[in-house]
Amino acid sequence: MPFDQNTATPGDERPLLRVAGLARHYGDRIGCTDVSFDLWPGEVLGIVGESGSGKTTLLNTLSARLDPTAGRIEYQTRDGEVVDVYGLSEPRRRMLVRTEWGIVHQNPRDGLRMAVSAGANIGERLMALGARHYGGIRDQAIDWMGRVEIKEERVDDLPRTFSGGMQQRLQIARNLVTGPRLMFMDEPTGGLDVSVQARLLDLLRTLVGEMGLSVILVTHDLAVARLLAHRLMVMKDGRVVEHGLTDQVLDDPHHPYTQLLVSSVLQV
Amino acid sequence: MYVAVKGGERAIDNAHRLLDHERRGDAAVPELSLAQIKEQMTLAVDRVMTEGSLYDRDLAALAIKQARGDLMEAIFLLRAYRTTLPRLAVSEPIDTARMTVRRRISATYKDLPGGQVLGPTFDYTHRLLDFRLAAETDAPPPEPERAEARQDETVPRVTDLLNHEGLIEHERPADAAPVGDITREPLSFPAGRDVRLQTLARGDEGWLLGLAYSTQRGYGRTHPFAGEIRMGEVAVEIVPEELGFAIDIGEVTVTECQMINQFKGSKAAPPQFTRGYGLTFGHGERKAMAMALVDRSLRAEDLGEDLVAPAQDQEFVLSHCDNVEASGFVQHLKLPHYVDFQGELVTVRTLRKDHDKRQEAADAAE
Amino acid sequence: MRPSDDTLAGYNFAYLDEQTKRMIRRAILKAVAIPGYQVPFAGREMPLPYGWGTGGIQVTASIIGPDDTLKVIDQGADDTTNAVSIRRFFATVADVATTEKTTEATVIQTRHRIPEKPLTEDQILVYQVPIPEPLRWMEARETETRKMHALEDYGVMHVKLYEDIAHLGRIATSYDYPVKVNGRYVMAPSPIPKFDNPKMDRMPALQLFGAGREKRIYAVPPYTRVDSLDFEDHPFEVQTWDHACALCGSTESYLDEVVIDDQGGRMYVCSDTDFCGDRQAAQAQEAAE
Repeated sequence: MPFDQNTATPGDERPLLRVAGLARHYGDRIGCTDVSFDLWPGEVLGIVGESGSGKTTLLNTLSARLDPTAGRIEYQTRDGEVVDVYGLSEPRRRMLVRTEWGIVHQNPRDGLRMAVSAGANIGERLMALGARHYGGIRDQAIDWMGRVEIKEERVDDLPRTFSGGMQQRLQIARNLVTGPRLMFMDEPTGGLDVSVQARLLDLLRTLVGEMGLSVILVTHDLAVARLLAHRLMVMKDGRVVEHGLTDQVLDDPHHPYTQLLVSSVLQV
Repeated sequence: MYVAVKGGERAIDNAHRLLDHERRGDAAVPELSLAQIKEQMTLAVDRVMTEGSLYDRDLAALAIKQARGDLMEAIFLLRAYRTTLPRLAVSEPIDTARMTVRRRISATYKDLPGGQVLGPTFDYTHRLLDFRLAAETDAPPPEPERAEARQDETVPRVTDLLNHEGLIEHERPADAAPVGDITREPLSFPAGRDVRLQTLARGDEGWLLGLAYSTQRGYGRTHPFAGEIRMGEVAVEIVPEELGFAIDIGEVTVTECQMINQFKGSKAAPPQFTRGYGLTFGHGERKAMAMALVDRSLRAEDLGEDLVAPAQDQEFVLSHCDNVEASGFVQHLKLPHYVDFQGELVTVRTLRKDHDKRQEAADAAE
Repeated sequence: MRPSDDTLAGYNFAYLDEQTKRMIRRAILKAVAIPGYQVPFAGREMPLPYGWGTGGIQVTASIIGPDDTLKVIDQGADDTTNAVSIRRFFATVADVATTEKTTEATVIQTRHRIPEKPLTEDQILVYQVPIPEPLRWMEARETETRKMHALEDYGVMHVKLYEDIAHLGRIATSYDYPVKVNGRYVMAPSPIPKFDNPKMDRMPALQLFGAGREKRIYAVPPYTRVDSLDFEDHPFEVQTWDHACALCGSTESYLDEVVIDDQGGRMYVCSDTDFCGDRQAAQAQEAAE
């Protein structure tokens, strides 16, 4: 069983995120289409599928980085206001992304400033939100380095001197420092050694549980999905072909494509 | 008239005769003398010597005349001549601290030993066409006031002054490794600073200027200050084997630019300014400054900086900075490519036929 | 090559044609209305090279009238070569009175300094600006920086200051020190030493900034708040010297370092030559009385 299911209480009044009829087309080609789902506070939703299935397009559209061709995304803010994400003015949308959301990229280079220190990488979002006490920012950076298991003495080092796993953990800390409520993760363990992957997954599970985060996670790795996600959406050719609780989907797949996906994974 | 290239020998001869004719222009106008070019087109001569990498004002003037004022063509002529010359000796490094200074300015100090010497500069002229020059009177311009020439006086370099305090990085002393020579060995990467500086010294002024400018606009910023620019005459010395000591074989005019750049430091190492260096034959301070900026940018990797901008990429910068190479290759597109192009023609026609067939089949199916 | 007066026959008052001046004045009005915002303008070629003050010259040319008195300084001094050249330019093309006295000037064009004497409501300070974009060093692309300004997305500016403190123990920016104008736009004050930044805050004089090559004009209206970026625990501070001016004894002015020999000998003198001259004159007067 992944996290404490209590944090994901369908009894809450409203979902955190409500997606309806979302589509993104590239000319005649479909990136993703007809995607609808609700995400509840504290819930981790996995999006799985092969490369080219549209899962990254979907993630980018969900995370306000790629305008949708059709559909609507509603988000309930910390203040309880329900906003239409793409209906917001750009300044408000950017502010929402900076204050309530976080994005962990597959390639840490896309999510980190490689030419500034680890401490500044973590501190940037704090400073963007108006933190103006150097000592305080630095203390928080060091605290977060500890929580993602990076030694304090590396606080002034540049990320390019870090290993791949450390860079990924730094990227996570950089996002979590401002206490976001919703995280988007694109193959967060991709490109890492198996042992490093395991440690990162473990860390993610702990942090997500502790902070009661909601997460939308894209992965092609069903083992990662099983470990982290409460619910799964299986995508093929830009469409969701199966959607349900993780154990249910993986142990009793209904759609032939899901069956194929599951059976093609070596059973451990 | 355009003639098919086979059997075009006569056409080529004729074209050359026409070129000679065009170069001479209207025979009623007196022919330009090399002395006139040498004396009145001095900065063109300087540029041709620098990028042609041969210090000879007469030959540079000849090249400019022959090239109808096209300086890249003149540089090419000089370079092609240079390569035929035997190498008799290698000089000692010139000592620019012992330069007979005709111009010397520092942007970093208001005043300093040796003073600020403006010399002949366009800097503070207003760029308004001076129609008095169109009158071509024979009267020479009024004599300027000249400071008394300082003989045998060393004018300390600004970088040396900073060095006293340890405020600027030490220029690394010559190590045992021999200095590279780009006229004898092909450029290979990564190139050391010796080879980089040689390549930049004969590099195209416009290319270096554009790259230098890009660093000032944020594409690889280096926080430059023009520590010093000096122009004047320096002695050239060689040590003949049979003598074993240095003898003076003449003097050359050079322009030197020492850029003082972004300081580096950490909690452990005290901060120090870094350097960029530029040198040209004759009076070429635009080129010397651009070279110094690009030299500093190319040191990014050695100084542990992030490589993010074109001017920091030594393969990109050095491989494309020679205008003899660049001009040749760009213009080689004028050469006949009939055979290659014929091949392409056949392919495109075939592909279009295939396309039309598919289209017809599709239309028929509908 | 000194232009003779007759080479300028046929040019309009203050060189630029009236259409161009009106265009520049419209840009200036917009800049004043949105303090710290960089207004693009169709900069013209000037008979002085780009990077030598063409932006400041165009602004000055557009606002100056026959009754004005112009002072031009470079590095604080009236006698530096570029200041001489620009002053001579305006004396020729606009036939205006020029002065070296800060108090007598109605328009002061400056490169890299603000005069030591406080300016008044009757004066306009015109800055020459090489790079108007304060975000340029963190983000080279104009398309990005304009968006960052629009969205007030300025976190990256403090990242730079944070890095200085983390690596060097203090903020290491010493000139062109970024400021926030009227609590909204982050602005480059032009490469004045940070020593001069506090003078910009709530200055009674109108401050205009012209960047010719980059074709931008921006402004700080009189009495507008100008804050230098900093941290609460690493507050903004200005340069100080262990020396007094060797000529006038001032301990409150910005000092130039003059190298007097190659053995490390130095002397320090006021960079503001008018300020220093006035103090010396006053001291001579006192001594005489």
